[in-house]
Amino acid sequence: MILNMGPQHPSTHGVLRVLLEIDGETVIRMMPDIGFLHTGIEKTCEAKFYQQVVPLTDRIDYLCPMTNNLCYVLAVEKLLGLEIPPRAQWLRVMMNELTRINSHLVWLGTHAMDIGAMTVFLYCFREREDILRLFEAISGQRMMTSYFRIGGVALEPPLGFFDRLRKFADKFPSRVDQYEGLLTGNPIWKMRTQGVARISAEDAIALGASGPTLRGSGVDIDLRRDMPYSGYENFKFKVPLGKEGDVFDRYMCRVQELRESIGIVKQALEGMPSGPVKANAPKVVLPDREKMKTEMESLIYHFKIITEGFEVPEGEVYQAVESPRGEMGYYVVSDGSSKPYRVHMRSACLANMQTLPTMCEGRLIADVVAAIGSIDIVLGEIDR
Amino acid sequence: MALAPAVTDIEQLKGHPALARLLAWNPKAVEGVKFDRDEMTIYVERSAIREACALLRDDPNCPFNYLSDITCVDWYPSEPRFNVVYQMLSIPKRERVRLKVKLYGDAPALESVTSVWPGANYFEREVFDLFGIRFNGHPYLRRLLMPENWEGHPLRKDYPVEGYR
Repeated sequence: MILNMGPQHPSTHGVLRVLLEIDGETVIRMMPDIGFLHTGIEKTCEAKFYQQVVPLTDRIDYLCPMTNNLCYVLAVEKLLGLEIPPRAQWLRVMMNELTRINSHLVWLGTHAMDIGAMTVFLYCFREREDILRLFEAISGQRMMTSYFRIGGVALEPPLGFFDRLRKFADKFPSRVDQYEGLLTGNPIWKMRTQGVARISAEDAIALGASGPTLRGSGVDIDLRRDMPYSGYENFKFKVPLGKEGDVFDRYMCRVQELRESIGIVKQALEGMPSGPVKANAPKVVLPDREKMKTEMESLIYHFKIITEGFEVPEGEVYQAVESPRGEMGYYVVSDGSSKPYRVHMRSACLANMQTLPTMCEGRLIADVVAAIGSIDIVLGEIDR
Repeated sequence: MALAPAVTDIEQLKGHPALARLLAWNPKAVEGVKFDRDEMTIYVERSAIREACALLRDDPNCPFNYLSDITCVDWYPSEPRFNVVYQMLSIPKRERVRLKVKLYGDAPALESVTSVWPGANYFEREVFDLFGIRFNGHPYLRRLLMPENWEGHPLRKDYPVEGYR
């Protein structure tokens, strides 16, 4: 029998349709069907100036806007050959790790709810709310932040921001203990996750999985540590690894990442360098508001960047970052004009989703729900 | 803002593990190279792409065992119009390389690499869907993102941004 799961199924985390060929309760074949959220962002990018693409990158993935911002601006900065001041880099790392926590919290809450643990969801969203308020304080927006700009970040953080963040960072590890107290040792949770939806390291690599989905199977790679970008080489953190490659190992990887990420945020708070938050490149970076009102030259640059954009030397760049879901890559091609010739996003979820049939075939329908939750997909990023 | 100029001389770049491996196998398969902004690009002859990928994947010294991405760039109206782009990563050596295949605009097709990496499945379907490039030997070459009955391939440069109304 063919069972149609989704696209409006609460446990598919968005508009994902899955066709299941079943024999009784057992899944024989699984076929994901995607494309319901396709908005043609890659095509839209080709019609915008370089700086206008930044807000589009937010909209790809509503859970990790800053990671997408970061990946795109790093790619364009590499094309331009721009040097970014250390303070901007550290702010980027700090906000990027907060974004990772934010994303993992939503994942943990919804994943636990799929499997039947309702309380975790409420706990996770309590801390997520704190993070969203911090986002609002620093960028003016809770979700579509667009805080990173080509050449730096949009603004210096507001007064009192670091204190608020420090308070959050101090209490957060005990909150992770609370989530773990509800799940990690819970026999029901273990029964639903241990040994379920297993994938071997070889299969995961061959299918293009990345992030916690790959590390859950014991493959030791994290782009932040192994191919550092944006000053990640200055931070110390562990890369949690799984062993079995089942739902439980992927869960453990992400929960440990929550602790590591808050550690990175604390390191960034302690060592935050002083200095400018934007590169000294008047043709690319918008001038300060004050200068624009008093200096003719700044006014001219401002006018030119807004009306004509800035030209980027010919070339192509593939920039990959470690997003909460895995390897997020931006491939940006420039033909020397002020609009990108081609922007392609390598979506970690799209590749991770290919592992679903391997995980689920031969298992029960109830395990499909656990498997979909465990690879942490965002359909906006898959369909783009 | 000082960018080093791109290096395109094969002799100078021989030391790169992927290029050395491909040259040792079949020098005719390499159409050109480019080293720009710390990224290595190798232009591979169209018919050699699948074997080149399999070769690099199984290289004992520096196995490019992870396929990050496949995409395409349309250089309409110049010919060869399409560049199919493969981004590969070596997980043991933390090394990246980019392979490119040039394709002419009339009936563009090349060999699928799904037999090398099953994970190429969705990437190739996406390129087929949005650019209309056929991958021979692909197990299920159907549209991925656009509706099944859609006409045209939206990411081609001769397709208007606002679509056909």
